[in-house]
Amino acid sequence: MILLLFILIPFLAGCLSFIFKGDAVKSLALISTIATLAVTGYVTATTADAIYFSMQWLPVLGAELNVMGDGMSLMLSLLVALVMVVIVISNWNKPVEKTSAYYGLMLLSQAGITGVFLANDALLFYFFWELALIPVYFLCSQWGGEKRIKVTFKFFVYTFVGSLMMLSAIILLASKSPAANPYAWSNIVLAGSMLSPIEQQWVFWLIFLAFAVKMPVFPFHTWQPDTYEQSSTPVTIILSALMVKMGIFGVVRWLLPVLPDAATFWSDTVIILSVIGIVYASLLAIVQTDLKKLVAYMSIAHMGLMCAAAFAYTQVGMHGLMVQMFNHGINITGMWLIISMIENRYGTRDMRQLGGMATVAPHITIAFVILAFSNIALPLTSGFVGEFMLFNGIFQSQSPYNITYVVIAGLSIILGAYYVLNMVLKTAFGHVVVAGNNKDMTLNESIAMALIIALVLFLGVYPKPLLDLTQSAAMMMIP
Amino acid sequence: MTAIIAAAIIGVLLMFVGIGTKNKSTMVTVSLVLVLALFGITIWEVTQTSHNGIALPPRLYFNDMLRFDGFAVWFNLLMTGCTLLYMLLLNKEIKKVGVHVAEYFALISFILVGIYLLSSYNNMLMLFLGIEIISIPQYILAGSDKRNLKSSEASLKYFIMGAFTTGILLMGITLIYGATGTFNISEYAQLGSSDLNPMVVSGIILIMVALGFKVSAAPMHMWTADVYDGAPTPFTAYMMTVIKAGAFIGFIRLFQSSFGQLSEHWALLLAIITAATLFVGNITAVFQQSVKRMLAYSSIAQAGFMLFAIQSFSVIAWQSIAIYAIAYSVATIGMFAVLVKMKDYTFDGFNGLAKKDPVTAFFTTVFLLSLTGIPLTGGFMAKYMVLMGVIKEGNLMWLVIFGLLMAAVSAYYYFRVIIAMYFKEGNAEYTSEINTIDKVLLGITCGLVILIGIAPGLFLHF
Repeated sequence: MILLLFILIPFLAGCLSFIFKGDAVKSLALISTIATLAVTGYVTATTADAIYFSMQWLPVLGAELNVMGDGMSLMLSLLVALVMVVIVISNWNKPVEKTSAYYGLMLLSQAGITGVFLANDALLFYFFWELALIPVYFLCSQWGGEKRIKVTFKFFVYTFVGSLMMLSAIILLASKSPAANPYAWSNIVLAGSMLSPIEQQWVFWLIFLAFAVKMPVFPFHTWQPDTYEQSSTPVTIILSALMVKMGIFGVVRWLLPVLPDAATFWSDTVIILSVIGIVYASLLAIVQTDLKKLVAYMSIAHMGLMCAAAFAYTQVGMHGLMVQMFNHGINITGMWLIISMIENRYGTRDMRQLGGMATVAPHITIAFVILAFSNIALPLTSGFVGEFMLFNGIFQSQSPYNITYVVIAGLSIILGAYYVLNMVLKTAFGHVVVAGNNKDMTLNESIAMALIIALVLFLGVYPKPLLDLTQSAAMMMIP
Repeated sequence: MTAIIAAAIIGVLLMFVGIGTKNKSTMVTVSLVLVLALFGITIWEVTQTSHNGIALPPRLYFNDMLRFDGFAVWFNLLMTGCTLLYMLLLNKEIKKVGVHVAEYFALISFILVGIYLLSSYNNMLMLFLGIEIISIPQYILAGSDKRNLKSSEASLKYFIMGAFTTGILLMGITLIYGATGTFNISEYAQLGSSDLNPMVVSGIILIMVALGFKVSAAPMHMWTADVYDGAPTPFTAYMMTVIKAGAFIGFIRLFQSSFGQLSEHWALLLAIITAATLFVGNITAVFQQSVKRMLAYSSIAQAGFMLFAIQSFSVIAWQSIAIYAIAYSVATIGMFAVLVKMKDYTFDGFNGLAKKDPVTAFFTTVFLLSLTGIPLTGGFMAKYMVLMGVIKEGNLMWLVIFGLLMAAVSAYYYFRVIIAMYFKEGNAEYTSEINTIDKVLLGITCGLVILIGIAPGLFLHF
C-alpha cells in the first residue's frame, strides 16, 4: 500500500497545482517532492525484501493494479524522488511563465515515471509509460527554445510509435496466457517462454523498439539532441536523468526475462548498435560548441554503454548497470544544473563565447570539475564504480567478440575525457568573459548542488549501500 | 421492443409539436424531455433482461424477426444515452440550422428506431428496414441547410450513392435467400463450407460491400468526406457517431452470428478492407486544412478500427464494439460541441484557444487524446479491446501492427489541433460564447471519456 504513495503524492499534488497560482504552487511542489522523497527513502531504507501490493482494477481484461518494489525499482523511485527535489530547489528563484501548469505537469510526469518503475503488471506498465510521456510532451512544447514545437513533436512521434509496437507485443503475450491475470509480470514471462522461437524473435523487436527509442540507442537517437537542447533545463533533467532510465529499466525488467532466448540471439546485434552509438556520439560530442548539445551526445554515449552491458547478460554487468542507472541520473542532473547556471549568468551556452568562470564564480567551477570527473568515470567519483562494472560485464560476456566490444567502447572513455575536459577548459578557464550578473551560486542552487556533490563523492568512495540494495535484483536476473 | 414503439411515437409527436408551436425553445425542451423519457425506457428494458441476477432468455417478436438479447438492449441504452448527450450539448446549434427544428428532432428519433432494429434483428428484412430507417433521415439531415449549396450537394450525393447501395444490399439478401430459402439469420448459421455455392458467396460479398458503404469502409468511402463536410455541423456529429455505430452493430450481428463459421472464406477480404480503410482514412486526414474535414476522414480511420471487432469471434468482439462505439461517440460528440462554436473551422482557427478559454481547451485536449488512443481515456480502452480480440484469433498480427502504425499517424493530425490551441499565438474566436452550463456538460462528457478509460466494466453490463 505504501508503494502507491510514491505515485499518489506527486499525482495528487500535480492535479492540485493547476488550481493554485504563483508561489503557492512552488511551495506545494517542494512539499510534495520532499514528502515523496521521505516516504521513498524510508521504505528503501527499511525494507530488506521486495514488497508487493495488488488490487483488482480491470476485471474485464484481467489487468490488476499490481505494484512491486524490489531493489532496482526502489532505487529508481528514490532517484526520481531525489532528482525532483533537486529540480524544485534549484529553480526556486527562477521565474517561469504559467507556474501552475509548469509544476503541475512536472509532478504528473513524476507520478508517471515512478509508476513505470513500480508496475508489476504489463498493462499498468503501459499506462504509466504513456502517462509519463504526455505531461513531458506538453512541458517540452510549451517552455523552451524557438524550434521546440517541431522538435518535441518529432520526439513524441518516435516514442509513440515505439510504445504502440510494445503495446501490440503486450497484447500478444497476454493473449497467450490462460491465467486470470494474464498481465502480471510472472504470467508475461511465462507467456514469453511459450512463444515459438520465430515468434520470440520478432516480438523481441516490437518490444525493443519502444525501449531503444527511449534510451536512445543508435540509430533511434535522432530526436534526442534537439529535444534536450530545446527544452528548458528542468525538463531536460527529467528527460535525460529519469525518462531514459525508463528505457533501460524496461529492457531489464520487461524484455530480458520475458524473451531470454531472443535476447541472446540478438545480443550481438544490439551490442554492435550500442557500440556504434557510443563511438558516434562521442565523436559528435567533440565538435559541439553548444554545452547542452555536448551533454546530450555524452548522454547517448553513456546510455549506449549501459545498453551494451544489459545485453552482455553477465551478473557483474547487470549489477553495474543497476548502480550506474542511479549514478548516471545523479551525474547528469548535476551537469545540467551547472549548464543552467552558466546560461543564466552569461546568457549563452556557446562555449566559444564563454571563459574564465573560475575567477568570477569559483564555487560553480569546483562543482563543475567534480561533476566532469564523475561523468568521465574517474575513480573516487560515483561514475567510476558503475562504469567499471559495466566494462567488466561486457568483457565477461559469452559473445566471441567481447574483447573487441570492450576495446571499441573503451575508446569512449578517452574521447569522453577529451570533450568533457575541453568543455571545462573552455568555460572555466582562459580569458575572462564578464557578463551582467556574474554572481556565484545562490543559496538554493548551493543546496541543490551540495546534495548532488555529496552523493557523487559518497557513492564514489563507499558504493556499498547501492550495491547491497540492488544485489538481489541482479542475482535474480542472472542466476 | 417498448423502446422501438416509444421512439416511433416520440418521432410522430415531435412532428406535431412543430405544428403546435413556433417557439424553438419549447420544441427543444419538449424533445429533450421525450428523449430523456426514451432513455428511461431503455434503462427499464435493461432491467427486464435479468431476473434476480439471472439472465433471462432473449425475447422474440414477430415470428423471431426481432430478438432482444442482453447485448441488444444494452447497446440501445448506450446509444440512447449518447443521443441524449448529443442533444444536450448541441441543441442550441441544431436550433440555428434552419426553421423546422421539431422535424430535426423527430428525424433523430426515427433514426433511433432504426438503430434499435439493427441491434436486435434476426431477419434479413429487419436488417434492410433498419438500414433504410437510419439512412433516409440522414439524407434529409444532410441537406437541411437548404440555402447552403454544399449541404444540398452532400444530401444529393449521399442519397444517390446510398440508394444505389441499397440496391446492392437487396441483391445480396436475395441471393442468400435464393440459396437458403430463408430470411432468418440464425438459420444461416447452419451453412457449412460444403454449402458454399457462387450464390451464397456473392451474396455475402454484396452484403459486405453494402454494409461497408454504410460504415464508410474503403473503398466504399468516397461519399464520406463530402457528406460529413457538407452537412450542417451539428448533424455531422450525429452521423459520424451514433448512426455509424448503429450500422456497425448491424454489420457485426450478421457476420458474427450468421456467417461466423464461414469466416475463413471472407476474413481475408475484410482484413484487406480494414487495412485499406485505415490507410485511406489516416493518410488523407493528414493533409486536411479544415478540422471538420479532418474529423470526417478520421471517422473513416476510426471505422477501420471498429472493423477489427468483426474479425474476432469471441465475447470480446461484442464487448469491444460496445466500448468502441461509446468511447468514440462520446469523444467525437464532445469534440464537435467545441468545433461547432468555432468561427473558423481550419486548424488556424484554434490558435491560442488555451489562452482564451483554458477550460474548454483542456476538455478538447482530452477528447483528442481519446481519439488518438492515449491511456486513461476511453479511446485507448476501445482500441485495446478491438486489437485484443483480433490478436486472440491469432493469424492477423500483420493487420494489428499496421493498425498501430496508422494509429501513430493519427496522432499527427489530432495533435495538430492541440498544438494550435496551446502552442500557437492567435485569437481563436467563438460564434457564440460557451457558457457555464455548456462547460459543465463538456466536463461531464470529459469525465465519461476518462471513466470509460479507467473502468470499462461499468459500460459492459450484458
